[in-house]
Order: sequence, then C-alpha cells, then structure tokens
Amino acid sequence: MENTRLSKERIGLLEERAQFVRLETLRLISIAKVGHYSSVFSCAEIFAALYYDVMNIRRGEPGWEGRDRFLMGKGHAAVGLFPILADLGFFDRSWLDDYTRLGSPLGDHPDMRKVPGVDFSSGSIGHALSNGVGMVHGARMRGLRFDVFVMLGDGEMQEGQVWEAALNASSHGLSNLIAIIDRNGYQLDGKVDDVIAVEPLDEKWRAFGWEVHEVDGHDVVALTELLRRVKADKTRGKPCCVIARTLKGKGIDFMENEPGWHLGYLSPEDTQRARQAILAQGGQ
Amino acid sequence: MNAPLSPDSWQYRELNKRAPSLSVLSDTLIELVQAGHPIAAGTADLQHSNGLVRFARVYPDRFVQFGISEQNMVSAAAGMATVGLIPYVATFASYMGLLACEQIRMDVAYCGQPVRLIGHHTGISLGFYGTSHHATEDISTMRAIAGLAVVSPCDGAQFAQLLRHSATYRDPIYFRIGRGHDPVIYDKSETFEIGKAQVHGIGRDLTIIACGYAVHGAKAAMEALNAKGHSVGLIDMHTIKPLDEDAVLEAARTSSTILTVEEHNILGGLGSAVAEIMAENPAKARLKRHGIYDEFSLIAPPIHLYGHYKLDAAGIEEIAGALV
Repeated sequence: MENTRLSKERIGLLEERAQFVRLETLRLISIAKVGHYSSVFSCAEIFAALYYDVMNIRRGEPGWEGRDRFLMGKGHAAVGLFPILADLGFFDRSWLDDYTRLGSPLGDHPDMRKVPGVDFSSGSIGHALSNGVGMVHGARMRGLRFDVFVMLGDGEMQEGQVWEAALNASSHGLSNLIAIIDRNGYQLDGKVDDVIAVEPLDEKWRAFGWEVHEVDGHDVVALTELLRRVKADKTRGKPCCVIARTLKGKGIDFMENEPGWHLGYLSPEDTQRARQAILAQGGQ
Repeated sequence: MNAPLSPDSWQYRELNKRAPSLSVLSDTLIELVQAGHPIAAGTADLQHSNGLVRFARVYPDRFVQFGISEQNMVSAAAGMATVGLIPYVATFASYMGLLACEQIRMDVAYCGQPVRLIGHHTGISLGFYGTSHHATEDISTMRAIAGLAVVSPCDGAQFAQLLRHSATYRDPIYFRIGRGHDPVIYDKSETFEIGKAQVHGIGRDLTIIACGYAVHGAKAAMEALNAKGHSVGLIDMHTIKPLDEDAVLEAARTSSTILTVEEHNILGGLGSAVAEIMAENPAKARLKRHGIYDEFSLIAPPIHLYGHYKLDAAGIEEIAGALV
C-alpha cells in the first residue's frame, strides 16, 4: 500500500496555500475590477492539493517534459491558478500586479502561449478533457510517463464534447487521465440541475467506463489522500473521475451559493470583509 | 455479391486507377515516419475512406481511432502536439472545416500547435450523400482563422509533395482534399512548396486561377481555348493561404481577365482571396469568380454534379470561353 497519509505539516501547508489562492484572487480581481471569485473559491483546495502535493512537477521548470499536466475546462478560474504558477517560479510574481491590464499575459482565461506553466489554453468550455486525452495518447506514443489532471466544471457536463472524450479515454484505457469535477452546483443561469440536470454524475461516469470517486472538495486531507491513491494506482486500467463536492463561493458567507457572484466585483469595503472572512477561517 | 461498379456511381474509380490521390496520405506518412519525423495519425471512423487503415497497420502505436467524434479528435490532436508529435488527423471536409471549426480555431490555431487537418472528400465529391456531406464553405471558414495555412492539392503527386513539406512546416495546416480519385496532372518528380503557386502560363486574354479538383477541368479548358487561338493561362493555386500574391498580381497585370474556379461557394473561397488582392492592387484585369453560386448543392453522382455546376472541362471551357 502506498503511503497516502498526510503529515500535519503537509495539511497545514495545503490549508495555507488554499487560503493564499483565495486572498490572491481577491487581490487580482481588485486590479481587474471584475472576475470570477466564487468559481475559484470552490476549487481552491483542488488547486492546492494538486500543485503542492499530488502532481509531479519541478519548481522553476514549467517546460519539463516529464511533468504531470494540469488542464482546466473551467478556464474562468485561472485567476486562482496564476498566483500558484508564479509561486512555483514559472514566471515573475510581478506579472500578477498587472493582471488583465493592456498587454498582460494574464487574462480571465489561461493562455499557454503567454503564461509559462499553463499546460493548455482554455476558455471554450468542453475542450479540455479532449486535450488531455490527446496528451495521454501522445505520452504513450513517445514513451513518457506522466499523469494528466483535468479539472472540469459541473456545468461543463452539458457540453457534448466532454462525453466524446470520456468514451475515448475508457475505450483506449487511458489510466493516466484523471478528471476532477468541481461540483459546486452552479452555472451562470442558476443551479446546474435546474438549468440542465446532470445527476446522477457518478453513474454517468461509471457507465462511460471510468473509475469514480466522490469526495468533499474542501476537505484537504480527504481530497489529497484520495488524489494520492488515485495517482499511485497503476492497476485500474481505466481513466479515473473524482467528483469533488464543493461550495460555490466557499469561505465568503455572502457569496456561498449565490449565483450572482459567478462574475462580480467587490467594493473595497467588501473586499476587506471578504479578506477578513478568509483569514478567520484558517490556513493558519 | 456486389455488382460491378457503374460509371454512373459515386464510387466510379475508373477516372484514375493508377494514383488515387488519397492513397498517398498513408504512403507518405509512413515514409515520413521512416525518415524520422514524429508523425502520429488519427481518424474519425473513416480509415477506409482516407486510407489511413494502412498507416494504422504499419504503425498501430502511432495511430488513434477516434470513432465518430470529430471535435474530440481535433482537440486531442492539439493535445498530442504539445507532447512533441506532429499529428495528422483526417475526416470528411464538411466535418473538419465546419463541425470542428471552433476546436481548430481555439486548440490548434490559437494555441499554435503543428496539427495537420486533412479534410477529405471535399466540395461536391460525395455526390448523392447530399449537403450534409458536401463541403462548399470549408476554404472560407479555415482561411478566416489566424495562423492556419489552407492547402488544396489537385492530385496525388502534388498532395504527396505538399505532405512532405508539411512535416517541417511551422504553422498548423488545413489540407482540403478531393475524393481520392482525382485525375493525374503532375508527374511524381515535380516539386511543390506550400505558399508557392504552380504557374502553367499567364495568358494575354485570360488567366484561370484554380485549386483542387477544378485544376483538372481548368487545364483542359486552357488547352482547348489556346488551340482555338486564344491566349489563356492557368495558375494552380494549391495554397490558398498564405496566398501567392505575386502570382496573382503578375496575372492581373498581364491578362485582360482573371477567372477563378473552385469547388466551393464563390463567397469566401479562392475567388474571394484573389479578389481581395486585386482590389487592393488595381491592375487592368477584370475578375470573374466561378464555383458554387451561394446555394446548397444538389444530389447526384459527382460526375453529373461537376457537369451541372460547370466545374468539369466542358463547363469551365464554356465559362472561360465567354470571357475571351
């Protein structure tokens, strides 16, 4: 059995990094004056678990051929990813200070040609799992051994291309492909299952030939230990889907499950309130 | 047991048994792998139509069968390219150039990935399959995408040469290919380069600028009109983007009339590309665009369709003859 238990120090680090993602998201959106706060707040622990524990990456080497890849179908949460990429030394932290300003490489969606560390551009919902499928096929052809993690939105389940990619991955036994669904329950027009119902998600993915796990996406211990086990398992012979149950806007009481905050801008006073709320919640 | 193929059938292969232009796809990709290029290939349930089945047999580990999922195939090809491969993915042109257009724009062109998109059985070459399988808009959609080359070979020898060039070409490419049984125009020893037109002559009266299957009829029309004492030239514009502007302008300055011929809507295709250059560089020549006149094509065996739309030798000669 692989050692998948987290040390206390690691738990503290991951909680602190999730808090860092939320705080930096507040700061960057205050520069842009509009952004997807709540989309990041639901997946901050997923970012932290992947980049500070699970993925095989090298600081300062965004182009290392053997690295694990991370793709995001919900590209609008990139504002939460950029601070991590800067923190890992993939580009200079000062880039963050000009987030979305004229000529900045950092926009609302991640661009692989402008931002070192972005493994594939996104923004057009529904493509990322296919991009990941191609990476795993390519790795096989070239004899490379890396895993590809693809974070998908739950509203993204409504895109047909996702299911084309899902069929391909199971049909070809792409066990190095791991999808993580940020199941925060909301999309632009309201609750996902009111807009177009996607449940039962676990049964759908299982029926498409994937191994499926469910986890509380804000419990860094459960989430990280699960992802460690999934990454370590070399025997499943099929792709793996992790459904992370999350809260849209997690950590800010007035944002949680409020669809109006999908895209928004906090006044300076409310930014301070949000900051205090994040700081009060730990990551201490 | 199947009856022998009828000359009226869409499958009529007697036009050219010697060098079916699609068969060079597999042959050339196999050759490129043997030469050390990091080639991969894939198709969407059409490995027999495009002949990639032979590539798949020789290099099964470099081939992906995507099934009927064209959008997924294009996005995945872009993912494969990020790992250092040059993926060639093929499906009918109507699905490549239209159904997967947004994936080509975002994942291939915008991301600058060296994917080679093979849209085959283009134009009206699928005959009685009808509009769903015809592609008379794909030049237009593909050439509007920044950074994407658009290449429309007219026969197997040319396609093979351009495929060889594509192995080291920097940008992503959309190859617009006919149904695979196009008449032979070129000898295998001739050389072609993406972006450089094949000039068969500049006429004082008329120069025809054609691409793809239409080059065959245009060449015959040129020869027939020249035999009647006219001065007619032909430019085989196998690369629509980047367009060989010098070749267009030379013709526009020399000929009284330029006639573009394409198996495509006259809106947005080769004719439009030529018109744009001529409009910005006034010369003496007038311009006539010939192709499909902004309509959905009829159902018929391909040979009948080429006759109906005046895209065969007789039809192009008629159109061209009225201009000299």
